[in-house]
Order: sequence, then structure tokens, then C-alpha cells
Amino acid sequence: MRGTMPDEKQFHQSNSRNWDRRAFFVKLGLGSLSVAAAGTAVFGYQFLSPNVLFEPSPIINAGKPESYPLDSVTLDVNSGIYLIHSHEGFFSIGAVCTHLGCLTAWKPELGIIACPCHGSKFTRNGEKIEGPAPRPLPWYRVWLSEEGDLMVDRSTTIRSMQFLRV
Amino acid sequence: MATSASYFDQLRKSRVWRSIFRSGTGASTLHRSLVIQQDVFLHLFPTKVRRRMLNIGVTWYLGTLTFGTFMILVSTGILLMLYYHPSVPQAYFDTKDLQFVVTSGLFLRNLHRWSAHAMVFLVFAHMFRVFYRGAYRPPREFNWIIGVILLLITLLLSYTGYLLPWDQLAFWAITVGSNIASAVPLVGNKVHFLLLGGNLVNANALLRFYVLHCMILPLAAIFFIAIHFWRIRKDGGLYTHPSQPPASSNISATKAVR
Repeated sequence: MRGTMPDEKQFHQSNSRNWDRRAFFVKLGLGSLSVAAAGTAVFGYQFLSPNVLFEPSPIINAGKPESYPLDSVTLDVNSGIYLIHSHEGFFSIGAVCTHLGCLTAWKPELGIIACPCHGSKFTRNGEKIEGPAPRPLPWYRVWLSEEGDLMVDRSTTIRSMQFLRV
Repeated sequence: MATSASYFDQLRKSRVWRSIFRSGTGASTLHRSLVIQQDVFLHLFPTKVRRRMLNIGVTWYLGTLTFGTFMILVSTGILLMLYYHPSVPQAYFDTKDLQFVVTSGLFLRNLHRWSAHAMVFLVFAHMFRVFYRGAYRPPREFNWIIGVILLLITLLLSYTGYLLPWDQLAFWAITVGSNIASAVPLVGNKVHFLLLGGNLVNANALLRFYVLHCMILPLAAIFFIAIHFWRIRKDGGLYTHPSQPPASSNISATKAVR
């Protein structure tokens, strides 16, 4: 053990510790800024997503089944659904085109559902015949309420060809 | 003539004038340069421009005309804002009131609409002009990028303004347009939701588009327009084709104050 060794070591250590301290604070600062930036991004995303929506209920009361004659297709413009009374029973499909969201129309003379915007065509069962639409029209859950009204839930899609017999 | 000019000279020598415009009086080249260089708005532009570059054949003034339509849109838009409420019960009727009730409202609305069409046309014409002259090439490639950003802002301004009349055309155009955003892989539905503030084109969508149209996008446009103009100077002024004669004696002066 020489007398100079501890001093040299100490000097070296203190010097490197100083440098480490600066690097540490730079990293701490950058790290804090990154955390703050990430927090701001999360906050911004959550702020821009509304927590309460004043949108119509997905469940629609379509009235008494008797008001839909056999072999009829009824478009409800406000809720964007078709209520169809076929020989197999009642069913409901979405009237909003799966392409870009236009409201389709039932063409009784052709027996098809057609979209006015970009020419998509569907059968009465919602199957795609032609056009840019990527998917068939969705089938919605239909049931009878306790009062005997036809109810449609637009938020619940079901497999096609499931009919409600009344 | 002489008297009005001397009055103006007197005014320019007054203490108030000198406190506002610090470039000083005089008609020397230096003073004229300082007028441009020391003004917060004018300093974006070069202090010297070759006379030949001011000929209409060089640029067809397309960028300046685009900026002109933008200024018309800002001024008419601010006036339209005074009578328009971005709410579902009122938006459509406010638009109709602007047409049939408000004095000069029809003129302002039509001026806003036609200027918007003209701006989109002029932006594209300006872009084609720059492209076919080859004026996008280095050192001007960054200003081309700024121009592309300004093109996108122009189209977004048109798109967001389209919803505000709140009629059937507006509703379905935004329904279709916002559904295009849903086609983005993975985040499409989220983007759609954030853009509309809901799942439907509804009160939130109207308000969001209003804020985008009247605040965010115009401020972004002004920001990038300032950079766009400033870069013309920094990149050595308007583009000269190599076949045209080079700059005359004032090139050194231009460089000195750049």
C-alpha cells in the first residue's frame, strides 16, 4: 500500500462519479420527459374518446308482428334496419351498406337490396350479389317482448338464416 | 403628387413612425433592403428579386393566387362564424338564415364556397407548375414536402367544411368519408371513433369538424405557409431554369442579406 494510491483512486472515483452524476441527471431528465410525453399521449387519447354518447339505443321496438304482411320488406330509415316477414318467419338485417355506410334501399321490382352510393347489391337475405361491399348485410337478433312487440337488437349480430316464428 | 410624397416623407421622419419602423428613411438600396429585412412579415421574403422573376410567365402567380384565396377564405370565414352555431338543431337553419336573412350573407357564403373551390384548383395548378418546371429539385426538395403538407391541409379544410351546412349532402358525404378512415388496418375503427367523437355523424362530429375547420387546420395552414414562404428565400429565391441567363450583378447583394 503506497500513500498515493488512495488519493489517486479517490480522485479517479470522484471524477467518474461527477461524470456519472451528470449522465444520471440527463437520463433522469430525458426519462421523465418521455414518461410525461407518454402520459400526455394517453391523456390526449382518453380525452378525445367521449365517455358518454348521446346516440340512439341499439334496441328497437318494431311494433306488432301483425303490422308486417307476409312476404314484406320494411325499411326503418331512422334505425337503419330492414324487418322482413318471409315464409320461414321474421328476421331483421342491417340496412347500412357494409362498404361505406350509406343507407341501402329495397327494390321490390327486382327483389334485391341496392345501395345508391356505389352500386352494391344484396339479396333479401343480405347476401352480397355484387359491388364493392366487402361483407353481407348483418343479421340482428329478433325476439318478441312480453307485450308481444317485435324487438330488434342492432348491437347483436347472429348467424344468418335464423328466423323468428310467431 | 410632389406634395403628397413630401407629406409621406415627413410622416416617415416623425418620431412615432420611426418608433414603429426602425429601418430608417432614405431611398438607397441599403434602406430599401432594411425595410424588407427588418419587418417581421416581410423578412420571410427575399430582400431582392430579379425583375425577370416577376413576369407572369415565370410562375403564373399560382402560389400568390392560392394565398389570396386563402386570405379571402379566412376573412369570409370569420364573418360567417358570427352567424353560425355548430349545433344540431341550429346549424342547418343558420346556414339558411345566412342565405336568406343576413345582409350580404348569401354573398359571403358563396364567396367562401367559390374561393374554397378556387383554392383547391390553384393548389393543384401550383403543384403541377412546380413539378413540370422541375422547381422541386434540390435545394428546394424540403419546400416541396411543405407544399404536400399544405395540399393535405387544404383538402382537409374542404372536407371538414363540407359537414357544416348540416344537410343531407353533408351528412352522407361525411358518413362515407369517415368510413374510409375505418379501412385503415388495426386502428381504423379507433380513428373513425375519435374523428367523429362517436359511432355516428352526430352532434359531437359536427362540433369536432367545426373546431378542426375554424381553429386547428387554419392555424396549421398559417404555420406551414410561413415556412413555405421563408424557404423560398432560404433556398435562393424563385427557381430559374438553367437555360435562362444567370442572375446579374445583384446576386452577391442577395446572398449578403439572406
